[in-house]
Amino acid sequence: MTASTVPSEASSASAAPRGDGVRRSTLRRVVPYLQAGPLALTLLVFLLIPILTIVAVSFWDYDSIRIYPDFVLTNYEELLTSPVTWKTYLNTVKFAALTWVITLLIGFTVAYFLAFHVQSTTWQMVLFLVCTIPFWTSNIIRMISWIPFLGRNGLLNSGLISAGLIDQPLEFLLFSDFAVVLAFVHLYALFMVVPIFNSMMRIDRALVEAARDGGASAAQVVWNVILPLAKPGIAIGSIFVVTLVMGDFITVRLMSGGQSASIGLMIANEISLLQYPAAAANAVVLLAVVLIMVVAMLRIVDIRKEL
Amino acid sequence: MTETRTGSPLSAGTTTGVSRRTLLKGSAAAAGVAIGSGAITGFPTIWAQNIKNVTLRQFGTGVSNLNAVADKVKEDLGFTLQMTALDSDAVAQRAVTQPKSYDIADIEYWICKKVFPAGVMQPMDVSKIKNFDKIVPIFVNGKLTPESAVAQGTAPHTVGFVEGKDSIKFAKSATQWMTLIPTIYNADTLGIRPDLVGRPITSWTDLLDPAFKGKASILNIPSIGIMDAAMVCEAMGEVKYGDKGNMTKEEIDKTLKIMTDAKKAGQFRAFWKTFDESVNLMSSGEVIIQSMWSPAVAAVRAKGIPCVYQPLKEGYRAWGGGLGIAKHLSGLELEAAYEYINWYLSGWVGAYLNRQGYYSAVLDTAKEHMSPDEWAFWMEGQPAKTDILSPEGKVMEKAGAVRDGGSFQDRMGRVACWNAVMDEDRYMVRKWNEFVAA
Repeated sequence: MTASTVPSEASSASAAPRGDGVRRSTLRRVVPYLQAGPLALTLLVFLLIPILTIVAVSFWDYDSIRIYPDFVLTNYEELLTSPVTWKTYLNTVKFAALTWVITLLIGFTVAYFLAFHVQSTTWQMVLFLVCTIPFWTSNIIRMISWIPFLGRNGLLNSGLISAGLIDQPLEFLLFSDFAVVLAFVHLYALFMVVPIFNSMMRIDRALVEAARDGGASAAQVVWNVILPLAKPGIAIGSIFVVTLVMGDFITVRLMSGGQSASIGLMIANEISLLQYPAAAANAVVLLAVVLIMVVAMLRIVDIRKEL
Repeated sequence: MTETRTGSPLSAGTTTGVSRRTLLKGSAAAAGVAIGSGAITGFPTIWAQNIKNVTLRQFGTGVSNLNAVADKVKEDLGFTLQMTALDSDAVAQRAVTQPKSYDIADIEYWICKKVFPAGVMQPMDVSKIKNFDKIVPIFVNGKLTPESAVAQGTAPHTVGFVEGKDSIKFAKSATQWMTLIPTIYNADTLGIRPDLVGRPITSWTDLLDPAFKGKASILNIPSIGIMDAAMVCEAMGEVKYGDKGNMTKEEIDKTLKIMTDAKKAGQFRAFWKTFDESVNLMSSGEVIIQSMWSPAVAAVRAKGIPCVYQPLKEGYRAWGGGLGIAKHLSGLELEAAYEYINWYLSGWVGAYLNRQGYYSAVLDTAKEHMSPDEWAFWMEGQPAKTDILSPEGKVMEKAGAVRDGGSFQDRMGRVACWNAVMDEDRYMVRKWNEFVAA
């Protein structure tokens, strides 16, 4: 609404006598605030207030049925002094790191293929849409479908046995860290492909040609020209993948058979046992860790500058 | 997402609850008008004219929150019962944090120990419960027969009564004020795949038998899982418990040390948390021995896969659930709730639950709704003379079959402990999480 009135105000103002000058400049100062208003309000109500609530609750006390407004540090003490917490963080970071490396390799390769090998724009779009097909069903269904595939008597094991490649079913395929990382890669690879593809499409093809003319090999072009220019996409994709994996709980629970821990799972457990303050403290720590990771990534790649 | 994660602990009785309630009421009224033209049968009361406009919202675990019950309530009593089925954890959470979001809570006794002291429920006047005298004595004094011993854990009678009308303090013996009306209970044991275990299973210790390495499972609901673990450790002779349902810190440590060592040695294939998970683990052959619930065993068998609910020499771990009334209920709705509870104990539901392999709180009335053959099979442990049908009318057992574990007396008479909430609950949960993360 404000946006639509601005241009008309401005155009009529240019024709109006000078007396309107003061009004016009006030308006000019106010309008940007009004434009930013709805978003600011949304963020305040749906992001800032809930986060502040979580922070506040993380200092409250609780027993098995209720929570009591208070200011205690026990939630943080119990969290940070417990070896389980450290083990769980280590485990979650391990999942995040493995998933990140693998999705990055896949994402970069797929995006490179789409952006530089496929010549026609139509085919680029068609193949890009093919990449999104897995997103037509829900995350959980895609994840659960791995279970009968990887199981002891699953398709893969029975296939390998009947092909004579193995005698005993491979037990590590399901309910293991392998299964967890596999599911993560399957779920989140596209989050890497899309931003990298996007930044690759913005690379001026003349640069690649110039590099070739200058005698660079294909590998040198990728390493010295394309990779640096695709960095913003890589950074955005990495932020997606890392934050998603750090916060996940259902994938870890289902694919590890409930035998691996993740921070998300820890929080979910605490909530289900009505230990809200402990869960809030855990969430605050998780938020801090993830923010540090994101900041670190942004230190390496200045997305604003590169965009 | 943000709303449920951050809002619920704070907004227990504030705007969220109110608006949801108004919303539900509005839609319920609309539904009531739509269906309200049906004739009222069954229990004529003085409210017969307006009771059909009443809607009661009930929630609880999937075992007893069945649409068939809601349909029958509509038919017999005329009012509407809305059912919501959740898992055990979600039930406890909702019961405490959103007390205005339900009228009737179908909760388990060990959860009741947590929920009732929160002051969100109102005790029931037993003088209004017609069949109170016929309720199985386990729920009144803890004993199946006058001679039997009281089992360990949160035995239902210990949280079954409070001291007065507005009290939240549990009474030591029966009073006029009951917290929950018992509706459903059972004795749990291990489920096995007889075709894959390859030998008779007789004891809880078999769960940790290295022969089943990588093929065992246990349920990951701490309050219940710890009891199964305790049954195992006690059977092994490794830990002696004062009360398995109320362990000391030392007992908790010892128990979970044994379980952690077994986990590290690769004994477990997976942990399960929901009914479906336990069914899938068993039917896919990923797991061949695990703690299990009796309908889950039935579900595996229904797929044509052999599965046995194995009685063990150390006895059973039992659980029970019941109906409680939310504090805010009053007037016509409260009368409807009593009406409903009296109806619940009058036999139809009892027979329905018995036919699923659970037990009904009032056996005499349930018997009237079952055929003599059904009664003999389910309750007396005798071989079935004809095919045994499920409540939906599907064949569950062929003629000649005998129920696992025998008669009602054999099963409920051999309960070693009840699902429990311990004094050291918080410590136990922390240790349990360490076990899962190990």
